[in-house]
Amino acid sequence: MTVRHVEQVMGTVFSIAADDGAGIPAAVARLHALDAKFSTYRDDSPISRMARGEAVERDPEIAEVLRRCAEIEADTDGAFTAYPAGRLDPSGWVKGWAIEEVDRLLTAAGSRNHLIVGGGDVQARGEAELGRPWTVGIADPLHPDRYTALVRGRDFAVATSGTAERGAHIIDPATAEPATGFASVTLIGTRIAHTDAYATAVFAMGPERGLEWVEERAGIEAYAVLPDGATVETAGFARYLAG
Amino acid sequence: MRRAIVTGTATVSGVVLLLGLKPHSDTPLAGKGTNNNFTITQSGAQGSQPGAPSAPSSSQSGSAPSSAPSSAPSSSAPSSAPSSAPAPAKSSAPAPAPAATTKNVTGDAVDTRYGPVQLEVTFNGKKITQIQVLQYPTETGRDQEINSYAIPQLNQQAMSAQSANIDGVSGATYTSQGYQQSLQSAIDKAGA
Repeated sequence: MTVRHVEQVMGTVFSIAADDGAGIPAAVARLHALDAKFSTYRDDSPISRMARGEAVERDPEIAEVLRRCAEIEADTDGAFTAYPAGRLDPSGWVKGWAIEEVDRLLTAAGSRNHLIVGGGDVQARGEAELGRPWTVGIADPLHPDRYTALVRGRDFAVATSGTAERGAHIIDPATAEPATGFASVTLIGTRIAHTDAYATAVFAMGPERGLEWVEERAGIEAYAVLPDGATVETAGFARYLAG
Repeated sequence: MRRAIVTGTATVSGVVLLLGLKPHSDTPLAGKGTNNNFTITQSGAQGSQPGAPSAPSSSQSGSAPSSAPSSAPSSSAPSSAPSSAPAPAKSSAPAPAPAATTKNVTGDAVDTRYGPVQLEVTFNGKKITQIQVLQYPTETGRDQEINSYAIPQLNQQAMSAQSANIDGVSGATYTSQGYQQSLQSAIDKAGA
């Protein structure tokens, strides 16, 4: 029997479906604790204070997040950064990591099958029901009445970066201009924190460089909708396609 | 090195749905808090939906009284009467009365970064047959733009998710999450 929970946190909403909800209270508490520490929308959060240049207490989690962001920045030749628009904002890593924390806590409490969606980023574990893998719809950025693809799997992560709802909001650090090469790009990987951060980076890179970057890496695949509606996918993406 | 493959036909069209956009004024999104009926109803094309009323749209706004789809919907949307009674007295024909009952459930009003989102969901048994957006952010032109895009898409997603066994949606953001939360609360209240 699936247990469902929806929690408004981190400026968005997390929804959890799990075959065993024992870990949900701990996961929800964890989400709020991460939000309190890392929110860029709360003036009093340590991250906001750091962004203003104030001194904050040494915090191993903040240090870890900044280290991860720096790794991904190097990994993506600067296409991902914890300093979009010049100001400290590690949200591009924190949200996916928070989803992974929910996954970890649910698993620790005994859940073997669960799906966590946080602001459109998805981490799937196990399967939806016996013999049926999880199915995730990828929103079509150009056609409100359709999905552009359905993907299916057991242990996988799906992250989409796009302009449809929030406009051109992803800044290409290389040019300091909004990236416009994709309508949306979806990455599939195994764990959502890296998958999400990479999706942001690939969006900033644009189709030509971004998709090639994905092709060169093991363990992630990409599916893109271009501004003219054409779709492009990496060679291994098809194995996730449902139906 | 492998190269990206260009494909042109990945669009999913497996689920046939009918979009019932019904603008009441010059702009379909005018008026915060008003009952703008971005409704969506399931088309009858899905043979695998026994019991789901295949009404093309709810009764208000005088849309064409469509030549009676298989089973007449038992509740007209705005009345909100949770007609849990089996079909109104009017039915003269021995209609194949759906076993499930229809009820309307109002979801929580969910605050998003852009403003509140609230839905009313019509259930036939456990099936969602209609979703109306009661409130959504319309403060700015940008909000309207976002919502004119997002709301029909979200309705689509919600309606198709249950029939195509879609468990989650990638690509949604803030407004959509308010939508999902209001939808989820309505589902929870309905015990569906």
